[in-house]
Amino acid sequence: MSTPNNLIEKTEVEGRKLSIVEALREALQEEMRRDERVILLGEDIGIKGGFGGAFTVTLGLSEEFGSQRVLDTPISEAGFTGIAVGAALGGLRPVADVQYGDFLFLAMDQLANHAAKLRYMSGGKLKVPMVMRAPVGATTRGAQHGQSLESHFMHVPGLRVACPSNPYDAKGLLKTAIRMNDPVIFFEHKLLYGSKGSRKEAGGLELFGTVPREEYLLPFGQASRVRQGRDVTIVANLLMVHKSLLAAKTLAEQSIEAEVIDVRTLVPFDWETVFESVSRTGRLIIVHEDTLTGGWGAEVAARVADSCIGYLQGPIRRVTAPDTPVPFAPVMENFFVPSVEKIVNAVKEICQ
Amino acid sequence: MNQSLLTRERRLGMYRKMLLCRMFEDRVNSLFLQGRMPGTIHQAQGQEASAVGVCEALQVGDMLTSTHRPHEHAVARGIPVKFLMAELFAKSTGCCHGKGGSMHMGDAELGMLPAIAIVGGGVPLAAGYALSFKYLKKPSVAACFFGDGAVNQGVFHETINMAAIWDLPVVFVCENNKYGASTVIDSVMKVKTVSARASAYGIPGKTVDGNDVFEVYRATLEAADRARTGQGPTLLELETYRFAGHSRSDPGHYRSKEEVAAWKKRDPIVRFETDAQSSGLLTEPEIVDYRASVEAELNDAVAFAESSPSPLAEECLTDVYAE
Ligand SMILES: Cc1ncc(C[n+]2csc(CCOP(=O)(O)OP(=O)(O)O)c2C)c(N)n1
Ligand SMILES: [Mg+2]
Repeated sequence: MSTPNNLIEKTEVEGRKLSIVEALREALQEEMRRDERVILLGEDIGIKGGFGGAFTVTLGLSEEFGSQRVLDTPISEAGFTGIAVGAALGGLRPVADVQYGDFLFLAMDQLANHAAKLRYMSGGKLKVPMVMRAPVGATTRGAQHGQSLESHFMHVPGLRVACPSNPYDAKGLLKTAIRMNDPVIFFEHKLLYGSKGSRKEAGGLELFGTVPREEYLLPFGQASRVRQGRDVTIVANLLMVHKSLLAAKTLAEQSIEAEVIDVRTLVPFDWETVFESVSRTGRLIIVHEDTLTGGWGAEVAARVADSCIGYLQGPIRRVTAPDTPVPFAPVMENFFVPSVEKIVNAVKEICQ
Repeated sequence: MNQSLLTRERRLGMYRKMLLCRMFEDRVNSLFLQGRMPGTIHQAQGQEASAVGVCEALQVGDMLTSTHRPHEHAVARGIPVKFLMAELFAKSTGCCHGKGGSMHMGDAELGMLPAIAIVGGGVPLAAGYALSFKYLKKPSVAACFFGDGAVNQGVFHETINMAAIWDLPVVFVCENNKYGASTVIDSVMKVKTVSARASAYGIPGKTVDGNDVFEVYRATLEAADRARTGQGPTLLELETYRFAGHSRSDPGHYRSKEEVAAWKKRDPIVRFETDAQSSGLLTEPEIVDYRASVEAELNDAVAFAESSPSPLAEECLTDVYAE
């Protein structure tokens, strides 16, 4: 079993304060310098005078690496995803991205039927070392630019799934993803990118994090215990890690000590850390922005029920988006996205 | 084409490959009817000139992608038939260790990606290989087989456009056998030829007699040369016909007897034999000998497949991830 990697420890790491965007860019840059086979594909990612992708992650990379390595594609998600799969089979390490995670559905065949399965159906002879980066999360852009899609991909054997919540994890996991020999779907939450202006909806979240100057990699399959507590375990990912931490603060004022676990990767999933925590606290809340039914929280609930039923002192609760498309109106969107208040209430209910 | 440009040996080699394709399919058909193979099969009898003509123009290091109808492509690419047969028998010695089956046969180490059974799905994969070849400065090309049914898929359009703007070394090969399952191509495509679409991407397009192995070879060689010398992709359309139904369960009632009979007169193997006999390339007794030698190779393949072990049930769990 892995030792839970503590965020509190990480803030003591020597380094600079970076946003997730900067951390991701550094990861790409370091891996591209290290390995000629790493190339980028996506829309508007390297255009001179452009914006470095929808969220500026690739800004400046085409200047350093040239348009042969930072490939600007037409608006052809299915096509360029398939080309990335083929290029990975051919020996490159492509990092493709969609401007919004929602567009992964256009590329679903190439990801789920080809990238995920070619190793298996070749009897283990092939590998598909590619990364697909995808921004997720509701940001008042409505139903087709705000979904959280992790659960869909967690359900496809053959794919790896990462969903970091902070700059340190984002950089370390992306570097590992690029070196992996399996296809990785790499989810990034738009409100965590740390850019200013239109992303101010993120409210009072701490979006900058300490990132060491020295190179480091983070393994997949190691969750991070970002807060210790004895009364309840809250398991979350992406933006919901931050909301869970805020909820834990409120709960502490009411003498409930919540332990918060950031899953960091969904495939592979660090079951040990979750089981160990639940066996101490006896209570479990799962928080995700992905919708409720069939969401990854259901899988966590089922596994915990299977492995830790004897330790449970109350029902398992999920605090998630409802089973609806993402609405536009802020008043509805605020209802849709799990709030700190909802997390607090769910905890109090099961702690009674 | 001017056949004299090809050595006698080469021409006879192409003939034997076509025979091997056809007789492989016929053997598989009878084994299947005897219930000795699980699953279903999509057979390609009648399309041998296309499979062999294209593969003959490819080199070691080139990559071929294929479809749900891949048996003849795999045979023509030179994957030993015993490994193909073993895969159809679901044995661990099969080219995909029993995890692929009929619709995924292939072996990338031998120049053919496991076949892709999503119609059109292999088209971007071939372009991706081509991108890697270009980027890694390898002198290789990707060749991509797909049916007439694939040309109305979105990835067909997206991929050919990208291959064109990036001058990727890929040859797109449409085996136009007139039908996608029971749907006749004229009913789902307004232009008269698939190759006409090439102009929409600014690349050369060409329709050739897909039942003439030398025509197919020449057209593919030209397209592959073009790709290899950095001039980008070509869209080839090979006009051909499948003699069998779409899959094992299809009696083919949507095609008229007259149409089938007319195409059988253009049988690429019969045509080759007739021409070869009149030009003195082959004699009747030699044809008999070739058939006997192919028969023997297939007997060995079946014996190999039958005597091979099945995979363990638990092997279901392996090969999902590389690490
Ligand atoms: C995306 C997709 N849709 C439908 C099918 C079912 N299907 C299998 S083969 C086929 C017809 C394909 O026709 P064509 O591309 O002309 O190839 P042919 O069978 O003639 O070799 C269909 C519809 C499929 N395999 N994939
Ligand atoms: Mg067809």
